[in-house]
Amino acid sequence: MKIVGLSGSNVGSKTRTTMKYVSEKLTSQYPHVDWTFIDLADYTMQFSDGRNYLDYEGDTAYITKTIMEADAIIIGTPIFQASIPATLKNVFDLLPINALQDKIVSFFVTAGTSKHFLIPETQLKPILSYMKAQTVSTYVFIEEKDFMNKEIINDDIIFRLNALVEDTVMLTDTYKRIREEKESMYDF
Amino acid sequence: MEQYRINKDNGLEFGLYTLGDHLPNPQTGTRISAQQRINEIIEIAKLAEEAGIDFFSVGESHQDYFATQAHTVVLSAIAQATEKIKISSSSTIISTLDPVRVYEDFATIDLISGGRAEIIAGRASRVGLFDLLGYDLSDYEALYEEKFDLLLKINENETLNWEGEFRSALKDARVLPRPLDGTLPIWRAVGGHPASAVKAGAAGVPMQIAMLAGPTQNFKETIGTYRDTARQYGHDPEQLPVATAGFFHVAETTQQAQREVYPHINEGMKLTNGAGFPKRGFAMGADKRNVLNVGSPQEVIEKILYQHEQFDHQRYIGQMDFGGVPFDQLMRNIEWIGEEVLPAIRKYTKKETDQ
Repeated sequence: MKIVGLSGSNVGSKTRTTMKYVSEKLTSQYPHVDWTFIDLADYTMQFSDGRNYLDYEGDTAYITKTIMEADAIIIGTPIFQASIPATLKNVFDLLPINALQDKIVSFFVTAGTSKHFLIPETQLKPILSYMKAQTVSTYVFIEEKDFMNKEIINDDIIFRLNALVEDTVMLTDTYKRIREEKESMYDF
Repeated sequence: MEQYRINKDNGLEFGLYTLGDHLPNPQTGTRISAQQRINEIIEIAKLAEEAGIDFFSVGESHQDYFATQAHTVVLSAIAQATEKIKISSSSTIISTLDPVRVYEDFATIDLISGGRAEIIAGRASRVGLFDLLGYDLSDYEALYEEKFDLLLKINENETLNWEGEFRSALKDARVLPRPLDGTLPIWRAVGGHPASAVKAGAAGVPMQIAMLAGPTQNFKETIGTYRDTARQYGHDPEQLPVATAGFFHVAETTQQAQREVYPHINEGMKLTNGAGFPKRGFAMGADKRNVLNVGSPQEVIEKILYQHEQFDHQRYIGQMDFGGVPFDQLMRNIEWIGEEVLPAIRKYTKKETDQ
Protein backbone atom coordinates (compact mmCIF):
# COMPACT_ATOMS: atom_id res chain seq x y z
CA MET A 1 0.00 0.00 0.00
CA LYS A 2 1.48 3.32 -1.10
CA ILE A 3 0.56 6.36 0.96
CA VAL A 4 1.84 9.84 0.17
CA GLY A 5 1.95 12.61 2.75
CA LEU A 6 1.57 15.94 0.98
CA SER A 7 2.43 19.02 2.97
CA GLY A 8 0.78 21.72 0.91
CA SER A 9 2.59 24.89 1.88
CA ASN A 10 6.04 26.27 1.08
CA VAL A 11 6.24 28.39 4.24
CA GLY A 12 5.61 27.97 7.96
CA SER A 13 6.17 25.08 10.32
CA LYS A 14 2.79 23.92 11.71
CA THR A 15 1.84 21.79 8.73
CA ARG A 16 5.32 20.31 8.49
CA THR A 17 5.40 19.56 12.24
CA THR A 18 2.06 17.80 12.06
CA MET A 19 3.02 15.84 8.96
CA LYS A 20 6.16 14.66 10.76
CA TYR A 21 4.00 13.35 13.58
CA VAL A 22 1.69 11.60 11.09
CA SER A 23 4.71 10.18 9.31
CA GLU A 24 6.19 8.70 12.49
CA LYS A 25 2.85 7.30 13.60
CA LEU A 26 2.22 5.70 10.26
CA THR A 27 5.64 4.17 9.70
CA SER A 28 5.92 2.82 13.24
CA GLN A 29 2.44 1.30 13.43
CA TYR A 30 1.87 0.16 9.86
CA PRO A 31 5.08 -1.37 8.51
CA HIS A 32 3.28 -2.66 5.41
CA VAL A 33 2.70 0.93 4.29
CA ASP A 34 5.10 2.33 1.71
CA TRP A 35 5.19 5.95 2.94
CA THR A 36 6.47 8.92 0.92
CA PHE A 37 6.55 12.36 2.47
CA ILE A 38 6.38 15.33 0.09
CA ASP A 39 6.83 18.76 1.61
CA LEU A 40 6.19 21.31 -1.14
CA ALA A 41 8.64 23.66 0.59
CA ASP A 42 11.44 21.32 -0.54
CA TYR A 43 10.58 21.44 -4.24
CA THR A 44 10.50 23.88 -7.14
CA MET A 45 7.21 23.48 -8.89
CA GLN A 46 6.06 24.69 -12.30
CA PHE A 47 2.61 26.20 -12.60
CA SER A 48 0.07 24.08 -14.41
CA ASP A 49 -0.43 25.01 -18.06
CA GLY A 50 -2.90 22.28 -18.92
CA ARG A 51 -0.54 19.71 -20.44
CA ASN A 52 -0.62 16.00 -19.53
CA TYR A 53 1.20 15.45 -16.23
CA LEU A 54 3.69 13.13 -17.94
CA ASP A 55 4.91 16.08 -20.02
CA TYR A 56 6.33 18.01 -17.04
CA GLU A 57 9.91 17.70 -15.91
CA GLY A 58 11.97 17.82 -12.72
CA ASP A 59 10.26 18.26 -9.35
CA THR A 60 6.87 18.79 -10.99
CA ALA A 61 7.13 15.44 -12.77
CA TYR A 62 8.32 13.71 -9.59
CA ILE A 63 5.47 15.02 -7.45
CA THR A 64 2.69 14.41 -9.96
CA LYS A 65 3.92 10.89 -10.74
CA THR A 66 4.31 10.04 -7.04
CA ILE A 67 0.74 11.16 -6.34
CA MET A 68 -0.62 9.30 -9.36
CA GLU A 69 1.01 6.08 -8.16
CA ALA A 70 -0.32 6.37 -4.59
CA ASP A 71 -3.21 4.37 -3.12
CA ALA A 72 -3.86 7.03 -0.52
CA ILE A 73 -2.83 10.63 0.17
CA ILE A 74 -2.74 12.42 3.48
CA ILE A 75 -2.84 16.14 2.82
CA GLY A 76 -1.71 18.73 5.32
CA THR A 77 -2.59 22.30 4.55
CA PRO A 78 -2.55 25.68 6.23
CA ILE A 79 -5.24 28.28 5.60
CA PHE A 80 -4.02 31.42 3.87
CA GLN A 81 -6.33 34.35 3.04
CA ALA A 82 -9.39 32.28 3.93
CA SER A 83 -8.31 29.68 1.36
CA ILE A 84 -6.09 26.72 0.68
CA PRO A 85 -2.60 27.82 -0.41
CA ALA A 86 -1.81 28.31 -4.08
CA THR A 87 0.98 25.73 -3.84
CA LEU A 88 -1.55 23.01 -3.00
CA LYS A 89 -4.10 24.17 -5.57
CA ASN A 90 -1.35 24.06 -8.18
CA VAL A 91 -0.76 20.37 -7.42
CA PHE A 92 -4.44 19.69 -8.11
CA ASP A 93 -4.28 21.74 -11.31
CA LEU A 94 -1.28 19.75 -12.54
CA LEU A 95 -3.15 16.43 -12.30
CA PRO A 96 -5.74 14.94 -14.69
CA ILE A 97 -9.41 15.47 -13.80
CA ASN A 98 -9.95 11.93 -12.52
CA ALA A 99 -6.54 11.72 -10.87
CA LEU A 100 -7.88 10.82 -7.43
CA GLN A 101 -10.27 8.13 -8.61
CA ASP A 102 -9.80 4.98 -6.52
CA LYS A 103 -7.59 6.84 -4.05
CA ILE A 104 -8.33 7.47 -0.38
CA VAL A 105 -7.64 11.05 0.66
CA SER A 106 -7.59 12.33 4.23
CA PHE A 107 -6.41 15.68 5.50
CA PHE A 108 -5.61 17.94 8.42
CA VAL A 109 -5.60 21.71 8.47
CA THR A 110 -3.46 24.14 10.42
CA ALA A 111 -4.47 27.72 11.09
CA GLY A 112 -3.88 30.68 13.37
CA THR A 113 -7.32 30.53 14.94
CA SER A 114 -10.57 28.59 14.61
CA LYS A 115 -12.15 31.34 12.50
CA HIS A 116 -11.74 29.50 9.18
CA PHE A 117 -12.86 26.12 10.41
CA LEU A 118 -15.14 25.59 7.40
CA ILE A 119 -12.65 26.47 4.67
CA PRO A 120 -11.81 22.77 4.09
CA GLU A 121 -15.54 21.98 3.79
CA THR A 122 -16.16 24.70 1.25
CA GLN A 123 -12.89 24.64 -0.69
CA LEU A 124 -10.86 21.49 -0.29
CA LYS A 125 -13.64 18.90 -0.21
CA PRO A 126 -15.33 20.10 -3.43
CA ILE A 127 -12.02 19.81 -5.30
CA LEU A 128 -11.38 16.34 -3.90
CA SER A 129 -14.90 15.23 -4.79
CA TYR A 130 -14.55 16.61 -8.30
CA MET A 131 -11.32 14.69 -8.75
CA LYS A 132 -13.17 11.56 -7.56
CA ALA A 133 -11.29 10.96 -4.30
CA GLN A 134 -12.73 8.73 -1.59
CA THR A 135 -12.34 11.18 1.28
CA VAL A 136 -12.08 10.30 4.95
CA SER A 137 -15.00 12.29 6.28
CA THR A 138 -13.47 13.65 9.48
CA TYR A 139 -10.54 16.01 9.26
CA VAL A 140 -8.37 17.46 12.00
CA PHE A 141 -8.27 21.21 12.46
CA ILE A 142 -5.25 22.42 14.42
CA GLU A 143 -4.68 25.92 15.75
CA GLU A 144 -1.63 27.95 16.68
CA LYS A 145 -2.35 27.39 20.37
CA ASP A 146 -2.03 23.60 19.91
CA PHE A 147 1.70 23.96 19.18
CA MET A 148 4.71 24.96 21.21
CA ASN A 149 8.34 24.85 20.04
CA LYS A 150 7.33 22.90 16.94
CA GLU A 151 5.60 20.19 18.95
CA ILE A 152 1.91 19.38 19.22
CA ILE A 153 0.95 19.96 22.85
CA ASN A 154 -2.79 19.31 22.75
CA ASP A 155 -3.66 15.68 23.52
CA ASP A 156 -7.01 16.01 21.80
CA ILE A 157 -5.17 16.79 18.56
CA ILE A 158 -2.84 13.84 19.08
CA PHE A 159 -5.78 11.46 19.58
CA ARG A 160 -7.60 12.83 16.55
CA LEU A 161 -4.48 12.58 14.35
CA ASN A 162 -4.04 8.97 15.48
CA ALA A 163 -7.62 8.29 14.45
CA LEU A 164 -7.04 10.01 11.11
CA VAL A 165 -4.03 7.79 10.38
CA GLU A 166 -5.95 4.68 11.44
CA ASP A 167 -8.99 5.62 9.32
CA THR A 168 -6.80 6.31 6.29
CA VAL A 169 -5.08 2.92 6.46
CA MET A 170 -8.30 1.06 7.25
CA LEU A 171 -10.23 2.71 4.43
CA THR A 172 -7.39 2.13 1.96
CA ASP A 173 -7.32 -1.57 2.88
CA THR A 174 -11.09 -1.83 2.74
CA TYR A 175 -11.48 0.07 -0.50
CA LYS A 176 -8.80 -2.07 -2.12
CA ARG A 177 -10.74 -5.20 -1.15
CA ILE A 178 -14.02 -3.73 -2.42
CA ARG A 179 -12.38 -2.88 -5.71
CA GLU A 180 -10.79 -6.30 -6.08
CA GLU A 181 -14.11 -7.95 -5.34
CA LYS A 182 -15.92 -5.72 -7.83
CA GLU A 183 -13.29 -6.14 -10.53
CA SER A 184 -13.23 -9.91 -10.13
CA MET A 185 -16.85 -9.86 -11.29
CA TYR A 186 -15.81 -8.59 -14.70
CA ASP A 187 -14.97 -11.23 -17.21
CA PHE A 188 -11.90 -9.48 -18.64
CA MET B 1 -19.20 16.10 -50.27
CA GLU B 2 -17.55 15.47 -53.66
CA GLN B 3 -14.63 17.74 -52.87
CA TYR B 4 -13.93 15.46 -49.92
CA ARG B 5 -14.22 12.40 -52.16
CA ILE B 6 -17.22 11.11 -50.26
CA ASN B 7 -20.36 9.80 -51.91
CA LYS B 8 -23.15 9.69 -49.34
CA ASP B 9 -25.11 7.24 -51.46
CA ASN B 10 -22.48 4.59 -50.77
CA GLY B 11 -23.36 4.67 -47.10
CA LEU B 12 -21.05 4.78 -44.13
CA GLU B 13 -17.36 4.46 -44.96
CA PHE B 14 -15.42 2.11 -42.73
CA GLY B 15 -11.75 2.64 -41.96
CA LEU B 16 -8.93 1.73 -39.65
CA TYR B 17 -6.41 4.01 -37.99
CA THR B 18 -3.24 3.50 -36.07
CA LEU B 19 -1.49 6.00 -33.83
CA GLY B 20 1.70 4.15 -34.61
CA ASP B 21 2.18 3.30 -30.96
CA HIS B 22 5.00 0.91 -30.18
CA LEU B 23 3.96 -0.61 -26.89
CA PRO B 24 4.76 -3.91 -25.23
CA ASN B 25 2.17 -6.67 -25.38
CA PRO B 26 0.99 -6.82 -21.75
CA GLN B 27 -0.04 -10.47 -22.14
CA THR B 28 3.54 -11.52 -22.87
CA GLY B 29 5.56 -8.54 -21.62
CA THR B 30 7.48 -8.41 -24.90
CA ARG B 31 7.79 -5.67 -27.47
CA ILE B 32 8.48 -6.19 -31.15
CA SER B 33 11.14 -4.05 -32.85
CA ALA B 34 10.26 -0.63 -34.32
CA GLN B 35 11.13 -2.06 -37.73
CA GLN B 36 8.69 -4.94 -37.31
CA ARG B 37 5.98 -2.60 -36.01
CA ILE B 38 6.28 -0.28 -39.03
CA ASN B 39 6.31 -3.21 -41.45
CA GLU B 40 3.23 -4.64 -39.76
CA ILE B 41 1.43 -1.30 -40.11
CA ILE B 42 2.12 -1.35 -43.85
CA GLU B 43 0.99 -4.96 -43.97
CA ILE B 44 -2.24 -4.14 -42.11
CA ALA B 45 -2.98 -1.45 -44.69
CA LYS B 46 -2.56 -4.01 -47.47
CA LEU B 47 -4.78 -6.54 -45.72
CA ALA B 48 -7.36 -3.82 -45.02
CA GLU B 49 -7.49 -3.03 -48.72
CA GLU B 50 -7.89 -6.70 -49.60
CA ALA B 51 -10.77 -6.95 -47.13
CA GLY B 52 -12.52 -4.03 -48.87
CA ILE B 53 -11.98 -1.48 -46.08
CA ASP B 54 -12.37 2.10 -47.35
CA PHE B 55 -9.77 4.03 -45.41
CA PHE B 56 -6.51 3.69 -43.51
CA SER B 57 -4.64 6.35 -41.56
CA VAL B 58 -1.45 6.70 -39.57
CA GLY B 59 -0.87 9.06 -36.65
CA GLU B 60 2.08 11.21 -35.68
CA SER B 61 3.21 11.25 -32.07
CA HIS B 62 6.62 12.31 -30.80
CA GLN B 63 7.09 10.53 -27.50
CA ASP B 64 8.20 7.27 -25.94
CA TYR B 65 6.38 4.17 -27.17
CA PHE B 66 5.62 5.48 -30.67
CA ALA B 67 7.18 4.48 -34.00
CA THR B 68 5.54 6.59 -36.74
CA GLN B 69 6.87 10.05 -35.99
CA ALA B 70 7.67 10.27 -39.73
CA HIS B 71 4.10 9.33 -40.58
CA THR B 72 4.27 10.74 -44.12
CA VAL B 73 7.12 8.36 -44.89
CA VAL B 74 5.03 5.43 -43.67
CA LEU B 75 2.02 6.68 -45.64
CA SER B 76 4.21 6.93 -48.72
CA ALA B 77 5.14 3.26 -48.36
CA ILE B 78 1.46 2.41 -47.93
CA ALA B 79 0.62 4.44 -51.03
CA GLN B 80 3.05 2.32 -53.00
CA ALA B 81 1.88 -0.97 -51.49
CA THR B 82 -1.85 -0.43 -52.08
CA GLU B 83 -4.13 0.48 -54.97
CA LYS B 84 -7.61 1.44 -53.82
CA ILE B 85 -7.80 2.26 -50.14
CA LYS B 86 -7.95 5.93 -49.11
CA ILE B 87 -4.94 6.93 -47.03
CA SER B 88 -4.51 9.72 -44.53
CA SER B 89 -2.87 10.98 -41.40
CA SER B 90 -4.69 10.83 -38.07
CA SER B 91 -3.50 13.16 -37.22
CA THR B 92 -0.79 15.37 -38.66
CA ILE B 93 0.28 17.79 -35.94
CA ILE B 94 0.10 20.87 -38.08
CA SER B 95 1.03 23.19 -35.16
CA THR B 96 4.66 22.06 -35.16
CA LEU B 97 5.14 21.52 -38.89
CA ASP B 98 5.44 23.83 -41.84
CA PRO B 99 2.14 23.73 -43.77
CA VAL B 100 3.99 24.23 -47.07
CA ARG B 101 6.09 21.16 -46.43
CA VAL B 102 3.09 19.17 -45.20
CA TYR B 103 1.21 20.05 -48.36
CA GLU B 104 4.15 19.10 -50.58
CA ASP B 105 4.40 15.74 -48.81
CA PHE B 106 0.72 14.91 -49.02
CA ALA B 107 0.33 16.14 -52.60
CA THR B 108 3.22 13.82 -53.48
CA ILE B 109 1.59 10.92 -51.62
CA ASP B 110 -1.60 11.74 -53.52
CA LEU B 111 0.27 11.45 -56.84
CA ILE B 112 1.96 8.21 -55.81
CA SER B 113 -1.36 6.75 -54.70
CA GLY B 114 -3.36 7.90 -57.70
CA GLY B 115 -5.51 10.41 -55.83
CA ARG B 116 -6.12 8.61 -52.54
CA ALA B 117 -4.45 10.93 -50.00
CA GLU B 118 -6.11 13.07 -47.34
CA ILE B 119 -4.90 15.14 -44.39
CA ILE B 120 -6.42 15.10 -40.94
CA ALA B 121 -4.76 17.93 -39.03
CA GLY B 122 -4.69 18.13 -35.24
CA ARG B 123 -2.91 19.99 -32.50
CA ALA B 124 -1.44 17.22 -30.28
CA SER B 125 -2.78 15.85 -27.02
CA ARG B 126 0.72 15.36 -25.58
CA VAL B 127 3.07 18.28 -26.00
CA GLY B 128 6.66 17.00 -25.84
CA LEU B 129 7.01 17.69 -29.56
CA PHE B 130 6.93 21.45 -28.98
CA ASP B 131 10.34 21.31 -27.30
CA LEU B 132 11.61 18.62 -29.65
CA LEU B 133 10.75 20.56 -32.78
CA GLY B 134 11.58 24.00 -31.44
CA TYR B 135 8.21 25.60 -30.70
CA ASP B 136 6.89 27.47 -27.70
CA LEU B 137 4.06 25.70 -25.94
CA SER B 138 2.52 29.01 -24.93
CA ASP B 139 1.64 29.42 -28.64
CA TYR B 140 -0.31 26.13 -28.60
CA GLU B 141 -3.66 27.57 -29.77
CA ALA B 142 -2.29 30.31 -32.03
CA LEU B 143 0.12 27.95 -33.82
CA TYR B 144 -2.66 25.51 -34.62
CA GLU B 145 -5.12 28.10 -35.88
CA GLU B 146 -2.59 29.95 -38.02
CA LYS B 147 -1.02 26.87 -39.56
CA PHE B 148 -4.29 25.07 -40.15
CA ASP B 149 -5.61 28.17 -41.89
CA LEU B 150 -2.48 28.40 -44.06
CA LEU B 151 -2.83 24.72 -44.98
CA LEU B 152 -6.39 25.37 -46.21
CA LYS B 153 -5.23 28.39 -48.21
CA ILE B 154 -2.47 26.39 -49.90
CA ASN B 155 -5.08 23.80 -50.80
CA GLU B 156 -7.25 26.43 -52.47
CA ASN B 157 -4.47 28.40 -54.18
CA GLU B 158 -1.53 27.05 -56.13
CA THR B 159 0.04 30.50 -55.94
CA LEU B 160 -0.47 32.56 -52.84
CA ASN B 161 0.54 35.58 -50.82
CA TRP B 162 0.43 35.09 -47.11
CA GLU B 163 1.68 36.66 -43.92
CA GLY B 164 1.53 35.32 -40.40
CA GLU B 165 3.25 35.22 -37.05
CA PHE B 166 4.91 31.82 -37.02
CA ARG B 167 6.37 31.48 -40.48
CA SER B 168 8.10 33.73 -42.97
CA ALA B 169 5.73 35.41 -45.42
CA LEU B 170 4.86 33.82 -48.75
CA LYS B 171 5.07 36.12 -51.75
CA ASP B 172 3.67 34.86 -55.04
CA ALA B 173 4.69 31.47 -53.74
CA ARG B 174 3.80 28.36 -55.73
CA VAL B 175 3.30 25.22 -53.69
CA LEU B 176 4.03 22.18 -55.84
CA PRO B 177 3.30 19.50 -56.75
CA ARG B 178 -0.45 19.81 -56.85
CA PRO B 179 -2.57 16.78 -55.96
CA LEU B 180 -4.17 14.72 -58.73
CA ASP B 181 -7.58 16.42 -58.62
CA GLY B 182 -6.24 19.85 -57.74
CA THR B 183 -7.11 19.76 -54.04
CA LEU B 184 -6.84 17.41 -51.08
CA PRO B 185 -9.55 16.59 -48.54
CA ILE B 186 -8.39 18.35 -45.36
CA TRP B 187 -10.11 17.47 -42.09
CA ARG B 188 -9.89 19.02 -38.68
CA ALA B 189 -9.20 16.59 -35.82
CA VAL B 190 -11.37 17.23 -32.78
CA GLY B 191 -10.70 15.61 -29.42
CA GLY B 192 -14.34 15.51 -28.40
CA HIS B 193 -14.80 18.89 -26.76
CA PRO B 194 -17.68 20.97 -28.18
CA ALA B 195 -15.45 24.09 -28.24
CA SER B 196 -13.22 22.41 -30.83
CA ALA B 197 -16.28 21.33 -32.81
CA VAL B 198 -17.38 24.98 -32.88
CA LYS B 199 -14.06 25.95 -34.48
CA ALA B 200 -14.32 23.18 -37.09
CA GLY B 201 -17.88 24.25 -37.90
CA ALA B 202 -16.99 27.92 -38.15
CA ALA B 203 -14.13 27.12 -40.55
CA GLY B 204 -16.49 24.97 -42.65
CA VAL B 205 -14.13 22.01 -42.78
CA PRO B 206 -14.86 18.31 -42.28
CA MET B 207 -14.51 17.14 -38.69
CA GLN B 208 -13.03 13.94 -37.39
CA ILE B 209 -13.98 13.40 -33.78
CA ALA B 210 -12.24 11.01 -31.39
CA MET B 211 -14.57 9.10 -29.07
CA LEU B 212 -12.95 6.46 -26.92
CA ALA B 213 -15.91 5.57 -24.73
CA GLY B 214 -19.00 7.07 -23.16
CA PRO B 215 -22.63 7.65 -24.06
CA THR B 216 -23.44 8.11 -27.74
CA GLN B 217 -25.64 11.04 -26.73
CA ASN B 218 -22.64 13.13 -25.60
CA PHE B 219 -20.99 12.87 -28.99
CA LYS B 220 -24.27 13.45 -30.78
CA GLU B 221 -24.46 16.82 -29.05
CA THR B 222 -20.94 17.74 -30.15
CA ILE B 223 -21.67 16.74 -33.73
CA GLY B 224 -24.90 18.76 -33.59
CA THR B 225 -22.94 21.76 -32.32
CA TYR B 226 -20.53 21.38 -35.22
CA ARG B 227 -23.31 21.35 -37.81
CA ASP B 228 -25.20 24.22 -36.15
CA THR B 229 -22.07 26.35 -36.08
CA ALA B 230 -21.27 25.54 -39.70
CA ARG B 231 -24.77 26.70 -40.67
CA GLN B 232 -24.42 29.90 -38.63
CA TYR B 233 -21.20 30.71 -40.44
CA GLY B 234 -22.78 30.24 -43.85
CA HIS B 235 -21.58 26.72 -44.64
CA ASP B 236 -23.85 23.91 -45.74
CA PRO B 237 -23.56 21.02 -43.23
CA GLU B 238 -24.88 18.70 -45.94
CA GLN B 239 -21.59 19.25 -47.74
CA LEU B 240 -19.39 18.66 -44.68
CA PRO B 241 -18.54 15.07 -43.82
CA VAL B 242 -18.14 13.91 -40.23
CA ALA B 243 -15.94 11.01 -39.17
CA THR B 244 -15.80 9.33 -35.78
CA ALA B 245 -12.82 7.43 -34.40
CA GLY B 246 -12.48 5.00 -31.50
CA PHE B 247 -11.40 1.63 -30.19
CA PHE B 248 -12.47 -1.37 -32.22
CA HIS B 249 -12.10 -5.06 -31.51
CA VAL B 250 -14.21 -8.07 -32.46
CA ALA B 251 -14.02 -11.72 -31.42
CA GLU B 252 -16.33 -14.73 -31.31
CA THR B 253 -18.27 -13.32 -28.35
CA THR B 254 -18.38 -9.93 -26.65
CA GLN B 255 -16.86 -11.45 -23.50
CA GLN B 256 -13.97 -12.84 -25.48
CA ALA B 257 -13.44 -9.53 -27.29
CA GLN B 258 -13.29 -7.73 -23.94
CA ARG B 259 -10.89 -10.30 -22.48
CA GLU B 260 -8.61 -10.11 -25.49
CA VAL B 261 -8.30 -6.37 -25.76
CA TYR B 262 -8.78 -4.88 -22.28
CA PRO B 263 -5.22 -5.49 -21.02
CA HIS B 264 -3.82 -3.86 -24.18
CA ILE B 265 -5.98 -0.76 -23.87
CA ASN B 266 -5.56 -0.46 -20.10
CA GLU B 267 -1.78 -0.94 -20.00
CA GLY B 268 -1.30 1.07 -23.19
CA MET B 269 -3.17 4.03 -21.79
CA LYS B 270 -1.16 3.85 -18.57
CA LEU B 271 2.09 4.08 -20.50
CA THR B 272 1.02 6.77 -22.98
CA ASN B 273 -1.34 8.91 -20.88
CA GLY B 274 -0.55 8.03 -17.29
CA ALA B 275 -3.94 6.56 -16.33
CA GLY B 276 -5.49 3.23 -17.24
CA PHE B 277 -8.99 2.52 -18.51
CA PRO B 278 -11.26 1.85 -15.48
CA LYS B 279 -12.78 -1.64 -15.66
CA ARG B 280 -16.28 -0.44 -14.92
CA GLY B 281 -16.12 2.12 -17.75
CA PHE B 282 -14.87 -0.59 -20.07
CA ALA B 283 -17.64 -2.96 -18.97
CA MET B 284 -20.22 -0.24 -19.67
CA GLY B 285 -18.80 -0.17 -23.18
CA ALA B 286 -20.74 -3.35 -23.92
CA ASP B 287 -24.01 -1.37 -23.84
CA LYS B 288 -25.34 -0.60 -27.31
CA ARG B 289 -25.61 3.08 -26.39
CA ASN B 290 -21.90 3.33 -25.53
CA VAL B 291 -19.58 4.32 -28.39
CA LEU B 292 -16.90 1.71 -27.58
CA ASN B 293 -16.94 -0.74 -30.50
CA VAL B 294 -15.66 -3.85 -28.74
CA GLY B 295 -17.74 -7.02 -28.96
CA SER B 296 -18.93 -9.85 -31.15
CA PRO B 297 -19.22 -8.90 -34.85
CA GLN B 298 -23.00 -8.83 -34.58
CA GLU B 299 -23.02 -6.56 -31.55
CA VAL B 300 -20.45 -4.22 -33.05
CA ILE B 301 -22.46 -4.05 -36.29
CA GLU B 302 -25.54 -3.08 -34.31
CA LYS B 303 -23.58 -0.44 -32.44
CA ILE B 304 -22.09 1.09 -35.55
CA LEU B 305 -25.55 1.19 -37.15
CA TYR B 306 -26.99 2.77 -34.00
CA GLN B 307 -24.19 5.35 -34.03
CA HIS B 308 -24.87 6.05 -37.69
CA GLU B 309 -28.54 6.55 -36.90
CA GLN B 310 -27.62 9.03 -34.17
CA PHE B 311 -24.75 10.86 -35.85
CA ASP B 312 -25.57 10.56 -39.55
CA HIS B 313 -21.80 10.55 -40.04
CA GLN B 314 -20.03 9.57 -43.23
CA ARG B 315 -17.09 7.60 -41.90
CA TYR B 316 -16.20 5.48 -38.91
CA ILE B 317 -12.59 4.56 -38.24
CA GLY B 318 -11.56 1.96 -35.68
CA GLN B 319 -8.34 1.66 -33.71
CA MET B 320 -7.66 -2.03 -33.21
CA ASP B 321 -3.87 -2.16 -32.79
CA PHE B 322 -3.35 -0.07 -29.66
CA GLY B 323 -1.13 -1.47 -26.93
CA GLY B 324 0.85 -4.24 -28.58
CA VAL B 325 -2.03 -6.35 -29.96
CA PRO B 326 -0.36 -9.30 -31.72
CA PHE B 327 -0.44 -9.34 -35.49
CA ASP B 328 -2.40 -12.59 -35.86
CA GLN B 329 -5.18 -11.08 -33.76
CA LEU B 330 -5.21 -8.01 -36.02
CA MET B 331 -5.48 -10.27 -39.06
CA ARG B 332 -8.44 -12.07 -37.49
CA ASN B 333 -10.10 -8.70 -36.88
CA ILE B 334 -9.63 -7.72 -40.50
CA GLU B 335 -11.18 -11.02 -41.60
CA TRP B 336 -14.23 -10.40 -39.39
CA ILE B 337 -14.52 -6.88 -40.79
CA GLY B 338 -14.33 -8.05 -44.40
CA GLU B 339 -16.65 -11.01 -44.01
CA GLU B 340 -19.25 -9.71 -41.55
CA VAL B 341 -18.99 -6.06 -40.57
CA LEU B 342 -18.59 -4.39 -43.97
CA PRO B 343 -21.38 -6.24 -45.80
CA ALA B 344 -23.81 -5.49 -42.98
CA ILE B 345 -23.08 -1.81 -42.52
CA ARG B 346 -23.05 -1.24 -46.28
CA LYS B 347 -26.34 -3.03 -46.69
CA TYR B 348 -28.06 -0.89 -44.06
CA THR B 349 -26.45 2.51 -44.70
CA LYS B 350 -26.32 2.56 -48.48
CA LYS B 351 -28.96 4.74 -50.15
CA GLU B 352 -31.55 2.86 -52.21
CA THR B 353 -31.14 4.32 -55.68
CA ASP B 354 -32.91 1.72 -57.81
CA GLN B 355 -36.47 2.63 -56.82
